[in-house]
Amino acid sequence: MKSFQPRIVGFLCNWCSYAASDAAGGKKQPYPANFRVVRVMCSGRIEPQLVLKAFAEGADGVAILGCHPGDCHYKEGNYKALRRFAALKRMLDQLGIEEGRLILEWVSAAEGDKFIEVVRTLCDKVKALGPLHVARVAQDREPRRNRL
Amino acid sequence: MKPKVAFYWCSSCGGCEEAIIDLNEDILKVVEAVDIVFWPVAMDTKYADVERLADGELAVAFINGAVRMDEQEEIAKLLRRKAQVVIAVGSCAHMGGIPGLANFFDRESILRRAYQEVPSLADAQPVTPSETTRTEHGTLTLPRFWERVKRLGDVIDVDYFLPGCPPMPDTIRDALAALLSGKLPPKGSVLSPSKNLCHGCPRLPNKPETLAIDRIRRIHEVEVGPDECFLAKGVICIGPATRSGCGERCLHANMPCRGCYGPSDDKSDQGGALLSSLASMIDMKDADKIDSLFKSFADIPGTVYRFSLPASLVQKGNLLP
Repeated sequence: MKSFQPRIVGFLCNWCSYAASDAAGGKKQPYPANFRVVRVMCSGRIEPQLVLKAFAEGADGVAILGCHPGDCHYKEGNYKALRRFAALKRMLDQLGIEEGRLILEWVSAAEGDKFIEVVRTLCDKVKALGPLHVARVAQDREPRRNRL
Repeated sequence: MKPKVAFYWCSSCGGCEEAIIDLNEDILKVVEAVDIVFWPVAMDTKYADVERLADGELAVAFINGAVRMDEQEEIAKLLRRKAQVVIAVGSCAHMGGIPGLANFFDRESILRRAYQEVPSLADAQPVTPSETTRTEHGTLTLPRFWERVKRLGDVIDVDYFLPGCPPMPDTIRDALAALLSGKLPPKGSVLSPSKNLCHGCPRLPNKPETLAIDRIRRIHEVEVGPDECFLAKGVICIGPATRSGCGERCLHANMPCRGCYGPSDDKSDQGGALLSSLASMIDMKDADKIDSLFKSFADIPGTVYRFSLPASLVQKGNLLP
């Protein structure tokens, strides 16, 4: 049987973590192809609705990567990310998303190696957990709204 | 000839039917303008009465309640065929409502709890109802109880959503006026303003410029004055993630918003939206302190999805009947 290849969505802040992924790329260091990067201006932008949407649309794991505390380009965006993550984390289990599928890590622009380490660890963890089984709500049946 | 309308209830408490009666004298105007041909809660009508109608003969079918049994789906589909317009009435039909909280559990554990384990059970040998029972007079059947609670919009095509638990008489009145005058918004609209409740909150003038919550409190733990913002006191109010149109009735009764009107159009998930704005109101930077703050928030998913779990982006289990 073909081994399970998870889909992992990574939200990377433009100023630190995306630069770290670039640094890893510059050094031609490989990392698992399961990791799909979405560049955002700040990890503070990643609100629970976006994470849930990623899971609803087929992600088996989600990573939010931002600047180290004190290093945020916008001063406090990463603290906001931390609070949003802490709140969301406490209800994922009851929505059928096991612990370990969502992570928040601080990765600076200089930490290309840490970036690879974080991606590998998450990828291994999600592989061990297996595919995410949740009920996904049929979006075409939603009341009319301006979707995210 | 007056236009024909029908009312039906699925998994609901009857509160939406009460809300229609709460139109008071205005209900007489409704009866003057339309011919009610089917209303199980108030009239002696049969399913056969609906079956006899031609397709599209009903001008409007008002259906409240969530859907979790075969019978409800069957009648919803029948009414869909017979009606030109179907309106989902109330939080349960709109988003799953209170019965939708059952989606935290599966069918088996719900039946086991209700028929085997509850402490109030007096039977020595508890009986779980089965779908078919053979008796000497023949076989009796019950509709199937599904694995999950669905919204009305998950089983049939819904034209409009009338939110609320129950919808306010004004919300119903405005919707009826729009229907009777033919001035209807685009199909699929929620018939209530898409603005956050906070915009019209009577407590808004007293809300501090920046909220800085240090602990989550439940309503019995702190006294909140009639003009004070609940969130400023650390009491969870779903107002920031809820659309307006209800007249802020809970706030007027000195209770925080519980979110029955559902999220406004720009949000995709009511619970996620509330957590997002809540995280902005917390003035903490230390990971451990933030964690212990959220530990003081009892039952996060049950609170933020109180009326909208079957509408949340992700739920436990499979979305199969």
